Amino acid sequence: MARTAILGRLIWRVATVAEIREETDAARTLVLDVPEWPGHVAGQHVDVRLTAEDGYSTQRSFSIASAPDSSTLELMVQRIEDGEVSPYLAGVASPGDRFELRGPVGGYFTWQTADPAPVLLVAGGSGIVPLMCMIRTRAAESSRVPFRLVYSVRGPSAAVYATELARRVRDDKGLDVAYVYTRAVPDGWPRPPGRLDAVRLGEAGWPAQFEPSCYVCGPTGFVEAAADLLVAAGNAPERVKTERFGPSGG
Amino acid sequence: MTDVWVDGNELAGPLRELFDVDVTVARGRCVGCGREGMVAEAIVFDRAPGLVARCPGCNSVLLRMVRGPGRAWLDLRGVTCLEFALPDTP
Repeated sequence: MARTAILGRLIWRVATVAEIREETDAARTLVLDVPEWPGHVAGQHVDVRLTAEDGYSTQRSFSIASAPDSSTLELMVQRIEDGEVSPYLAGVASPGDRFELRGPVGGYFTWQTADPAPVLLVAGGSGIVPLMCMIRTRAAESSRVPFRLVYSVRGPSAAVYATELARRVRDDKGLDVAYVYTRAVPDGWPRPPGRLDAVRLGEAGWPAQFEPSCYVCGPTGFVEAAADLLVAAGNAPERVKTERFGPSGG
Repeated sequence: MTDVWVDGNELAGPLRELFDVDVTVARGRCVGCGREGMVAEAIVFDRAPGLVARCPGCNSVLLRMVRGPGRAWLDLRGVTCLEFALPDTP
C-alpha cells in the first residue's frame, strides 16, 4: 500500500507562463513559473483553475511533465481537446499570462526512485506526459532502474517528445523506447499500422516473472485495453497502475 | 465509446480540500459488490455539477462530491470502509 503522509493545506498558487514550446502540430508545452513550488513526485498532477471576469470559474487536472529538479513546472496541452480549460491553454495562453494552479496532488500513479523494480511505461497519445516525467526524473536522479516505454501514437508526426526520447535512449543507460503506430507508419517501418497487441507488448515490455511496475496512461479505451493485456500476460493487477484522461487521443 | 469517464486520480485535488491525507491511495470496499481497491481505481464521471465515482467492478456509486460557493458536499454512500497507511504519531 502506498504511503500516506499528512500533507498540509492545499492552496491555489499563481502560475506565470514563462515560455511556450511547440511540440507537434497538435500539442504544446507550457513552461510555468510557480513561486514556492513545493516539489513533486514523478507522475503527480496539478489542478488548473481559470476564472472569468464575472467570477465563473472552471478547472481541470493536468499531469506534470517536468522532473522535480527543474526550476520551472511544465505541462503539455493538446489543441484538439474540448472543455473549457484546454482550448485556452493550448491556443490562447502566451508568455506573461497568469492563471491559478494547485498541487502537486495524487499519490497513486507515482514512481518512487527508491523502488528497484524494473518499470514498464505504456503511453497512448498524450498519456506520455506523466510517463515522461518519470523518465526525466530517473535521469535527474541518476537512477539505474531499467525502464521500457511502449508509446502508441497515430503516426510519427503525433509523437510528442520524440526528439528528446531519441536522445535519452542514446544517453540514459537502461532506457528503451518502442513505438506502436496506429494509423500511419514511418518509411521503411517493418509492420503495418495497428493497435497495441499482446505480441507487441510482449516484445517491447518485460516478462511478468520480472515483476515490473507497470504504468499505463492514455485515453480511457486505450488504458482499459493495455491494462487487460498486461494482466492477461501474468502481471499482478496491483502492479498495473492506470491513469485515464477521458476519450479520444492517440 | 460514448461514455466519458476518467478515474479516481482526478479526485486527488478536490478531496484534498477536505482531508489532510491523499484519499486516492486509501483502500476501500464497495457496498454493492464487496470489491476492494484504491480510490484512484474508481471510474469517475466529471462532466456534471460535481464528481461521481463508481465501482470498476459493479458500477455502483461509491462517492459523490459537489463543490459549491463557500461549501462542499461529500456523499460516501457506496464505500463501507476506507483504510489508510498512516504513520504513528510521535
